Amino acid sequence: MSNVLLWSLVILGILGGVAAVILFFVAKKFKVEENPLIDEVESVLAGANCGGCGFAGCRNFAEACVKAATEKQSLAGLNCPSSDMSKVAGLLGLTATVAEPMIAVVRCNGTCENAPSKVHYEGADICGFANTLYAGENGCPNGCLGLGDCVKKCQFNALHINKETGLPEVDEDKCVGCGACAKACPRGVIEIRAKGKNNRRVYVACNNTEKGAVAMKNCKVSCIACQKCFKTCPFEAIEMRGNLAYIDFTKCKQCRKCVEACPRGSIHEVNFPPRKPKVEAPAEEKPAEVIKEQPNESKE
Amino acid sequence: MNQLTISGSPHVHGDLSVKKIMYSVIIALLPALLVAVYYFGWYALRLTIVAVLACMLTEWLIQKYLIKGPLTINDGSAALTGLLLAFNVPANLPIWMVIVGSVVAIGIAKMSFGGLGKNPFNPALVGRVFMLVSFPVAMTTWPKAQPIFEAGFFADAVTGPTPLSLLKESGVGTLAKAGDMQFLDMVLGNRGGAFGEVCAIALLIGAIYLIIKKIIDIWTPLSILLTVFIMTGICYLVDPTQYIAPWYHLVYGGLILGAFFMATDMVTSPMTTAGRIVYGIGIGAITVIIRLWGQYPEGVSFAILIMNAVVPLINKGFKPKRFGV
Amino acid sequence: MNPIKTFPKGGVHPEENKLSSDQPIITFEIPKQVIIPLGQCLGAPAEPIVAKGDKVKVGQLIATAKGFISANVHSSVSGTVNKIDEVMDHTGYRKPAIFIDVEGDEWLEGIDTSDTLVKDITLSRQEIIDRIKQHGIVGLGGATFPTYVKLMIPQDKKAEYVIINAAECEPYLTCDNRLLLEKPMEFLVGVKVIMKAVDAPKGVIGIEVNKIEVAKKLDEIIKSDKYFEGIEVQPLKTKYPQGGEKQIIKSITGREVPSGKLPIETGCVVVNVASTFAIYEAVQKNKPLVYRVVTVTGKSVKKPSNFLVRIGTPANMLIEAAGGLPEDTANLINGGPMMGKSVSVTTFPTIKGTSGILMLNEKDAQPRQVSNCIRCGKCVQACPMGLEPYLLNRLARQNNFEETEKHNIMDCIECGSCEFTCPANIPLADYIRYGKNKTGQLIRSRNQK
Repeated sequence: MSNVLLWSLVILGILGGVAAVILFFVAKKFKVEENPLIDEVESVLAGANCGGCGFAGCRNFAEACVKAATEKQSLAGLNCPSSDMSKVAGLLGLTATVAEPMIAVVRCNGTCENAPSKVHYEGADICGFANTLYAGENGCPNGCLGLGDCVKKCQFNALHINKETGLPEVDEDKCVGCGACAKACPRGVIEIRAKGKNNRRVYVACNNTEKGAVAMKNCKVSCIACQKCFKTCPFEAIEMRGNLAYIDFTKCKQCRKCVEACPRGSIHEVNFPPRKPKVEAPAEEKPAEVIKEQPNESKE
Repeated sequence: MNQLTISGSPHVHGDLSVKKIMYSVIIALLPALLVAVYYFGWYALRLTIVAVLACMLTEWLIQKYLIKGPLTINDGSAALTGLLLAFNVPANLPIWMVIVGSVVAIGIAKMSFGGLGKNPFNPALVGRVFMLVSFPVAMTTWPKAQPIFEAGFFADAVTGPTPLSLLKESGVGTLAKAGDMQFLDMVLGNRGGAFGEVCAIALLIGAIYLIIKKIIDIWTPLSILLTVFIMTGICYLVDPTQYIAPWYHLVYGGLILGAFFMATDMVTSPMTTAGRIVYGIGIGAITVIIRLWGQYPEGVSFAILIMNAVVPLINKGFKPKRFGV
Repeated sequence: MNPIKTFPKGGVHPEENKLSSDQPIITFEIPKQVIIPLGQCLGAPAEPIVAKGDKVKVGQLIATAKGFISANVHSSVSGTVNKIDEVMDHTGYRKPAIFIDVEGDEWLEGIDTSDTLVKDITLSRQEIIDRIKQHGIVGLGGATFPTYVKLMIPQDKKAEYVIINAAECEPYLTCDNRLLLEKPMEFLVGVKVIMKAVDAPKGVIGIEVNKIEVAKKLDEIIKSDKYFEGIEVQPLKTKYPQGGEKQIIKSITGREVPSGKLPIETGCVVVNVASTFAIYEAVQKNKPLVYRVVTVTGKSVKKPSNFLVRIGTPANMLIEAAGGLPEDTANLINGGPMMGKSVSVTTFPTIKGTSGILMLNEKDAQPRQVSNCIRCGKCVQACPMGLEPYLLNRLARQNNFEETEKHNIMDCIECGSCEFTCPANIPLADYIRYGKNKTGQLIRSRNQK
């Protein structure tokens, strides 16, 4: 009995020893020389592999950062929206140029109420497929299809479909503006915009490029290209893209004149303090404002 | 007028559904259940009802309180698992054991993988093997078949050997002498064994119904039965004093039940015809090896479970023939 | 006649429901206004060459093809161009179209509008193809691929068979069947024309056996006239998708179109019945494609009918003529139930590819409960292309398009047999079509690099 025990010990011991020696040499032979900085940089990144930086993953981005730092001594053009770039810069002995924080914005307000369904969809829950099949339950060919391709792509759990409106909602605290949702949307409904001063934004919550008369039929709050906002804006921040107004966030000074000018209530303001009550404020604008303010208030 | 529906083509569908498949299999098992009640009386009926209810309740509780997903209890799959599980145990098994088996079958073998369609192993067989390993005595104490018209509906079970256990313990000679192991009795179900497996005729009636309705296809059972027949046949030809004739092997034990109702379980069997034949041959071969040379007298459950594990590999290896290649 | 043939693998057998097969083709009244979409074929939409206020005649070219895979569009009525505007077509999107207000029915000069049969084929091969191109003939089975492209045989290839796809394997549709019954001579001359155009010695008409009386009739005509030598009728088993291009070639010749290649690789040219008739009219009568037969049908429809319709007639007029939209309509389909497209409005204009307007009732179109895949393998058995739909479905959902390519998603003919047979009611065809689309994009972007 003790013999068996002894032999087992000896044989296993020898096997282990041989394997250890082999492993030692293999590890030596195939060792990849890598800058330890890459690991350090990677460790301060979010690790979501969201693709917001333009690289395939966080590791690739870390490699690019280290490479840029050693070769060019700058991190120009490299930005991870989901982590603190100053930490990365600190590790590499540089100072970070702080990029403007971005956020995803849903440019559609075609809720069940504003744009009632005309048909009913049955089938694969992929916007990318439904988009090839038909114009949408409410008939708008540019609006949100509500099947949540963006939600599936979000690595930060910052998007969800509101069941009442049928539209995606962005959680401002979680969204880092990586742009994965914008890429996933087959209709380009989601736009990545600057988070804005004091987290305040003004944007056109419509993506419909049809002519005004057609756009009006499908949705109560569609942009009809009346150009009122375009004419009102004192800073030339609004441009007409075909039949759709677009507010350039780099030029917008957040005066909110366009919001008041829009006859359709399709320009939204987010996170502004309530306006001083105006005596001459037209009554019909208020309901639209109430609807659009609600989701944002709940998150604050 | 209603709202029009927008859907991708095709806009019409065949009339087969998961529910229909499950209930058809349950219907196909009813003749065997009737025969079981005839031979084992109240015990068989009691165990069946308990197992079915236990399986359904387990699934319902897990879906309702653990997964909190949609309740699919009425699709019949849990009931079918319960029925098959009951069919695989001795009629005189204590009730609590069958409940434990049901909880294992549904809770561990099915729901923990994600429910219907996701389980790699046949849940009823996992439950059965769990019980076989945990309660070896109770699971191998087989009652004798006693027709209810002679013994009464509530008659106490009289235990006796199954043909295969007799074979394993005493060899071919005793079996031949025992006299009561007639082929006709075997086919009709007048023998000891798990109460669902005893009557080959009743099981075959159900199987033919399923094949006609195109719910199972013939390839898996056929290849299992042929493999068993050929392998045991060779052994019989080599040494008839050591091994019994192959036709006995077909009707002994749970081969018919296993081949037509367990191995053909859609979730755990291969996709293509070629794959199904390979799968069947594997089951047949392992069954024969266990029966002739293994520890256990019966090996169908183990054979199917082992081949279940190989199914993903078979699916990879046996692809359908592509058009235009 | 030859014994019945079929393709060996896959396929399903949906309820046939050929409700309108006994209804003779009715020439539909010319509407007050037609809406002729510019994009009526697979490929680039045509470019309009008329302007608002122009007077046009029937058969006049109003929009020219743009690019190789594109087809001319002709006016189907005579009258004045009202406007060129967008219209919601059968896809649900707004597409450019020419609106023409109808005044009388004046045909362009040089078009033979009589019913006399013209048997002598005077044009040369090239002239025939040019005529087909000029007159805007596209595949009228629904795919709307420009026919002239099909008939241009590459230098190094030789066409052996002209296969006429008369299988009409789509349930409900009867337009091809009626056309064969009512215009057999014209149709057969059309076959001869195609045989001359591609220089093929044999013409085979593949017909499913559920339309055996038509097959017998054609067979009699062919046998009674030496002129039709070289043409034969081949009965095929009633099985969907018998009318798939690759499947019908396999059924008739036993040859398989290699994966990713065109049918001409097997020496076959496949043309649809309605296209053949249109080719006869274009080549022998100099008549552009201005009308087609449309089946208007459905289980609850009062009068399922076959109409000879001018292109651009709004669908709601046809629906009215068939007894109005039934109360229980749940799904309005442009085409057949297996490959047609759901439409969201009844006012869409009929186009060259509109083979039928189908009103599915609630019972047939009711939403089915989707359950988990139970890995039954029925989709694998049903796939006529030997693919694994369950796997493609899963990979497409994961957006794993490298893997879908490896599993040959591009071979999929989108027949929908897998979804038809799926007991779990998973919208397999939807996911696979999405995957195919995305995989195609992936391959194209890689080829560009």
